[in-house]
Amino acid sequence: MRTPVLEVENLRVEVEGRGIDIVDEISFDVAGGEVLGLVGESGSGKSTVGVALLGHARRGAKIAGGSVRIEGRDIVGLPAEALRALRGRTVSYVPQDPGAALNPALRIRLQLMETLVAHGFGSSDEEREKRLREMLGEVMLPQDDQFLRRYPHQLSGGQQQRVGLAMAFACRPRVIVLDEPTTGLDVTTQAHVLETVRMLCDAHGVAAVYVSHDLAVVATLADRVAVMYGGRIVELGPERALFKTSAHPYTRRLIEAIPELSGRHALEGIPGTPPRPGHRPTGCYFAPRCTYAVVRCLEEFPAVSRVSDRHDVRCFRHADVLALGAAERRPAAPRLQGPPETLIDVQRVDAAHGERQVLFDVSLAVRPRECIALVGESGSGKTTLARCIAGLHRNFTGTIEFDGRALPRDARGRDRRTRQQIQYIFQSPYSSLNPRKTIGEIINQPLRLFFELGRQERHARIVAALERVQLGPSVVPRYPHELSGGERQRVAIARGLAAEPTLLVCDEVTSALDVSVQAAIVDLLAELQRDMQLGLLFVTHNLALIRTIAADVAVMSGGRIVESGKVDDVLDSPQQEYTKALLADTPSMETALAAAGDRV
Amino acid sequence: MLHGISGFIIRRLLLGLLTLLLVSLVVFAATQALPGDPARAILGRSATPDSLRALREQLNLNQSAIVQYGDWLKGLVTGDLGTSLAAHEPVSQVIGKRIENSAVLMLFAALISIPLAVAIGAVTARRRDSTFDHGMSVGLLGLAALPEFVVAILLVVLLGTTVFQVLPAVSLIPPQDHAWEHPKELVLPVLTLVIAVTPYISRIMRASMVEVLESDYVEMARLKGMPEQKVLWRHAVPNGIAPTIQVVALNLAYLAGGIVVVEFVFGYPGIGAAFVDAVANRDIPVVQALAIVIAAVYVFLNVAADVVTILVSPRLRTSLR
Amino acid sequence: MTEAAAVQPTPALTAPTQPRPVVLLLRRAWRQTRTKVGVVLVLLLVGIAVIGPFLAPHSPTEFVAAPYAHPSSTALLGTDSLGRDVLSRFLWGGRSVLGLALAATAIGLALGVTIGLVAAYASATADDVLMRAMDVILAFPSLVLALVAVATVGPQLWLLVLVVGITTAPRVSRVTRGSSVEIVERDFVSAAEAMGESRRKILLGEILPNVASPLLVEASLRLTYSIGLIAALSFLGFGLQPPAADWGLMINENRQGLTVQPWGVVAPVLAIALLTIGTSLIGDGVARASAGIERGGGAE
Repeated sequence: MRTPVLEVENLRVEVEGRGIDIVDEISFDVAGGEVLGLVGESGSGKSTVGVALLGHARRGAKIAGGSVRIEGRDIVGLPAEALRALRGRTVSYVPQDPGAALNPALRIRLQLMETLVAHGFGSSDEEREKRLREMLGEVMLPQDDQFLRRYPHQLSGGQQQRVGLAMAFACRPRVIVLDEPTTGLDVTTQAHVLETVRMLCDAHGVAAVYVSHDLAVVATLADRVAVMYGGRIVELGPERALFKTSAHPYTRRLIEAIPELSGRHALEGIPGTPPRPGHRPTGCYFAPRCTYAVVRCLEEFPAVSRVSDRHDVRCFRHADVLALGAAERRPAAPRLQGPPETLIDVQRVDAAHGERQVLFDVSLAVRPRECIALVGESGSGKTTLARCIAGLHRNFTGTIEFDGRALPRDARGRDRRTRQQIQYIFQSPYSSLNPRKTIGEIINQPLRLFFELGRQERHARIVAALERVQLGPSVVPRYPHELSGGERQRVAIARGLAAEPTLLVCDEVTSALDVSVQAAIVDLLAELQRDMQLGLLFVTHNLALIRTIAADVAVMSGGRIVESGKVDDVLDSPQQEYTKALLADTPSMETALAAAGDRV
Repeated sequence: MLHGISGFIIRRLLLGLLTLLLVSLVVFAATQALPGDPARAILGRSATPDSLRALREQLNLNQSAIVQYGDWLKGLVTGDLGTSLAAHEPVSQVIGKRIENSAVLMLFAALISIPLAVAIGAVTARRRDSTFDHGMSVGLLGLAALPEFVVAILLVVLLGTTVFQVLPAVSLIPPQDHAWEHPKELVLPVLTLVIAVTPYISRIMRASMVEVLESDYVEMARLKGMPEQKVLWRHAVPNGIAPTIQVVALNLAYLAGGIVVVEFVFGYPGIGAAFVDAVANRDIPVVQALAIVIAAVYVFLNVAADVVTILVSPRLRTSLR
Repeated sequence: MTEAAAVQPTPALTAPTQPRPVVLLLRRAWRQTRTKVGVVLVLLLVGIAVIGPFLAPHSPTEFVAAPYAHPSSTALLGTDSLGRDVLSRFLWGGRSVLGLALAATAIGLALGVTIGLVAAYASATADDVLMRAMDVILAFPSLVLALVAVATVGPQLWLLVLVVGITTAPRVSRVTRGSSVEIVERDFVSAAEAMGESRRKILLGEILPNVASPLLVEASLRLTYSIGLIAALSFLGFGLQPPAADWGLMINENRQGLTVQPWGVVAPVLAIALLTIGTSLIGDGVARASAGIERGGGAE
C-alpha cells in the first residue's frame, strides 16, 4: 500500500457560534496518484469537507476539530501566513463554478501568472513564462498571447474550467481538491475534462479528492469512493467493491437511482429528504428513510465496521445488506408505443434568438399517449423547440400543427382548449413557482383559467392532483420556499396535470435535482404517462435517462435533428457519428463498472 | 462611424444634449403658462398702453411661442440669456460671478466628501457587523434622512448662534472677492453639503465592497494563496468601484440642486440664492437661465457617470467593440 | 432478529403553516430595534401633528407677548418674531407638512409603480419611451423643478403636491422597473403566459406581489424625501403663506431671533428632523428584513 499524502482524521466543521456540526468524524487517506471520490447529495456536507482540506471554512462555519495532514504536516490550526503559503502550492482547489471563480475584471494571463508569482515558483521571469505555456498546453488551451489577453467572460464554460485546472496544477501541488468541476458542462466537454484530470494526477503523482453528486462520473474517475450522508461518511471503500457490493443501504439506493443506458431497471428514488444541520435525528441519520431500519438504528449512531480490506461502513445491518446481494431490482415497465396518429406535427421549423438562428429545418412528429425524448447538449436547440411548441417562443417560421390544425405562435393567440391541452413543466423548480402564492393558489391557476368550477370541486381537484404526484393535502397552504427542490417539481407537475392535458412538455425537469430525487421524478412521470395515457415530450441532455420513459427519441445537435427513431433502435445501433460519440461520452453505471475492472 | 468606446461616448453626449433640449422645452413651456403679462409686471400698474406695446415689441412677446422659443434657444447658445426683469441688466452679468462662487462650494464639498465616504465605506465593509459598523450605519442613516435645510439650521444653531458661537451664521462675501479668500464663511455651507452626500456614497461603497468580498472570485483568490493585500487591491477594489462611481456622480449632480437651499440659509452669493430670489420676484429670464444651467450640470454629471461605469467594467467595455 | 422499525418514508410537513410573505417581512422588520425606534418617533410626531391643535393653549395667530420673548407661563416656548405663542404655532404646524407630503407620496407611488410595471412587462419600445420620459423629469433636481413651477403659477398648495408627486414618480418607476424586470424573466411568469393569463392579471397577481419588498422600502424613502422637500419649499417661502402656522415657514420666520430666542426655530427643526429620521429608520428596518429573508432566513 502506498504511503498516504493526505490523511484526514476526525475532521469536524461547525456552524460558527452555535456549536451545531455540519460535518463530523470525517476520516480518510489518499495516496499520491490516487483519486478519492467524495460523493453525496445536497446537504451531505461534501463541499464543506472539500474546502476544509485547504484549511478554509465558508462564511458562518469554522473548523472545530480533527486534523488534516498533508505529507505529515497538520494544517488545521496553522497561522494564516503558513496556510496562505500552502494554498495553491501544496494543496490547491478547483471550484465548481469556474465563471464565478474567475475575477471578471482581470485578464486570464494575470490570473494564471499571479499564482506562480505569489508562491515564488521558478527563479526567473523566463522560467515562469515557460511554465505558463506549459500549463496551458497540459489542459489543451491555446497558448498564444491573444488568448491570454482575454477576460473570463470571453471564454466558454469549458475553457473557463480548464483555466481553473491550469491554475490549480500550476505549482505542482501534492494534493488537489476538485469541487464538482464538471457541473454545467456538456457531456463531451465533461469527458475531456475528466480525462485531463486523470492524466495530470497520474503524471505528477498528485493525491486528488473529487467531490461530486454524480456517482456515474465518480465511477469513471475515482479509485476509491467515500459516500457522505448528513455530514458523515457512511461508506468508504475501493470503487469496484463499493459499486458492485455496497454495504450501506443508502449507497445501494443511490446506485439504484443512477440512470442506465441499458434501461433494464426502473429508476427508484428515495422517499423523504435528508436532514439539515441542527435537525439531525438521534440514531442513524438515514434510518427514517431506510427500508432495512430496525429499532436499534433509531436509537444508536452506528460506529465504523470493517467489511473487507479498506472497505468501511457505518451500519448495524451491513451484514444483511451484503448477504442479500444485489437485491432484485424492479424491472423497467414496458414503454407504450402510441397509435399511428399525430398529435403535434412540427414541419420545417426555423427559429432564431434575435439575429442568431438556432433551429434549422426541424421536423418532428409527436404521437398521442406516447413519450418521445428530445436529446441534445446545451445549445442544441432542444429547449427552443419545446418552447415553440408550447407557444413561449415566437420567433420562428414554419408550421406547428396540433390535432391537424396549425397553431398560432404565441400562446396568447391560441384558443383556450389548445392552451389547456399542452402543458409545460420548466427546468428549475426554484423559478417556476410564484414565491408569493400558496401551493393551493398555484395549482388553482389552471383550474381557474380552463374550467368553470365551484369552490368545493376546485379544492377536490387540487388535492387529487397533489395526490397523483405523491404529495399530501398538508401542502396546500404552504409556500414554495417551505418545500424541497423535488417537492417543488412535483407541484409543478401537479399544476400541469390539473389542466388535464393531452401533452406534457417536460423541459430538463430533473437537471436541477439530486440523483435520487431525479430518479423519483422520472419514475413518477413514467407512471403518470402510463396511467393517464398522457403524451409526453421529454427534453433532456442525459441519454441514460430516456430508456426508462421514452418509446421514441430524436437526437439534436446544432439546431438540427441528427437522428431519430425508436429508443431501442437508436441506442443499441446508432447510425450517426454524433449519436455514437454522445453515447460513448455519457457516463453511466455500466461503462463505469467496466472501466473500473480495468483499473485495479 | 459611431463604433467602439469613442462612439459610445459620443452617443451618450448626444443623448445628453437631447435630454437638455427636452428639458429646455419643459422649462420654457412651464414659464409660458404664466398667467399674466411680463410687460405689465415690469412697467407697473401705471404704464400707458403705448409703453406697454413698445415693451412687448422689444421683448418679442407678440411672436408665436415657437419663435420665442427659437430666439431664446439661440440666445442660450450664444450667451445672451436675456434681461433680468428685476435688475434690468443682462442675465449673464447678474449670474456670472455667482457661478464661480457656487462652483467653489461644490468643489470643496466634493473634495472632502468623496474620499471621506469611500474611506468610511471601505472600512465598514472590512469590519462588517462590528460595533463600529453598526454605529456608523445608524448614524449615517440618520444624517441621510435629514433635509439639507434642517442640517444647515442645526449646524447654525450648534456652531453659529446658540450652543457654540464659533462660526458665522451668514456667509457674507463681498461681491468683488473670490469665495476662497473667506474660509471661515465657507465652513458651514460646505459642511452642510458634505453631510448631505457622504452617507449615500459611503453606503454604496460599503454595499458593493461587501458583495465583492463575499464573491466566489475573492474566495478563490484566497484559496489560491494570494496575499491579503493583493486580494484586496487587485481583486476586490476594481470590482467594487464601478457602482460607487455611478453614485458619486449622481450625488455630485444632487449637490447642484442642494446648493439652492444651502446658499439661501447662509446668504451665500451663489446661483442657488439667486435662483430663489428670481423665483420670489417672478423674474422669468433669470429663472429660465439658472434652471438650464443647473440642469446642464446635472445632465453632464449623469453622462459622465454612465461613461465611467462602462470604462471601468471590462465586460461592458468589450461588448462595445 | 430484532423486529423491523416503523419506517416513515414520506415525511409529513409538520411545521405550522406560515402567513403571507409580506406579513413575515413586516414581522421580521419589527423585530429590529431600529424599526421600533422609527415607529415610535413617527407615531409621536404624527400624534403632535394631528392632535396638536386640540392641545394648543392659544390660537396660532394670537399675539400673546412681545416678539422673541423668553419662555414664560403664558408662552411655554416663548414667542416668535411677531409675538405669537411658539408652542401653539408648533402644535398647529405639523398638519400641513404631513398632509401635503403624504398626498404627494401617494401620487408619486401610484404613478411610479404603474409606469414601472408597464415598462418592465410591455414591449421594448414602450419601455424606452416611458423611461426616457422619466429621465427628462429626473434631469432636474426636484427642488429646482418645483421652484420653476412656483415661479410660473405662484405658491399654490395643489401645485406643490402635484409637482412633488411628479418628481417622486420617476424614482419609484426606476426601482419598480428594476425589480420587475428580474421577475419577468422567471419561469412562473412564463408559465402563466403559457396558460393564457391576461396581462393585467400577470402584472397584478404574479409580478407586483414579488416586488412588494423593495417597493415598501422605496415608499418609506420617498416619504422621507417628500417631507423634506415640502418643508423646504415652505421654508423658502413658497409653501404655506403667512400668517399660517407651518413648521417649515416657522423656521425661516424666526431665524433672525436665533441668538435671542431659539425655540421658534429649534422646536420645528427638531420635529422635522425626528420625523424624517423615524420614517427612514422604518424603511431601513424593512430593507434589512428583506435582505435577511433573501439570504435564506426563511421564517426565522
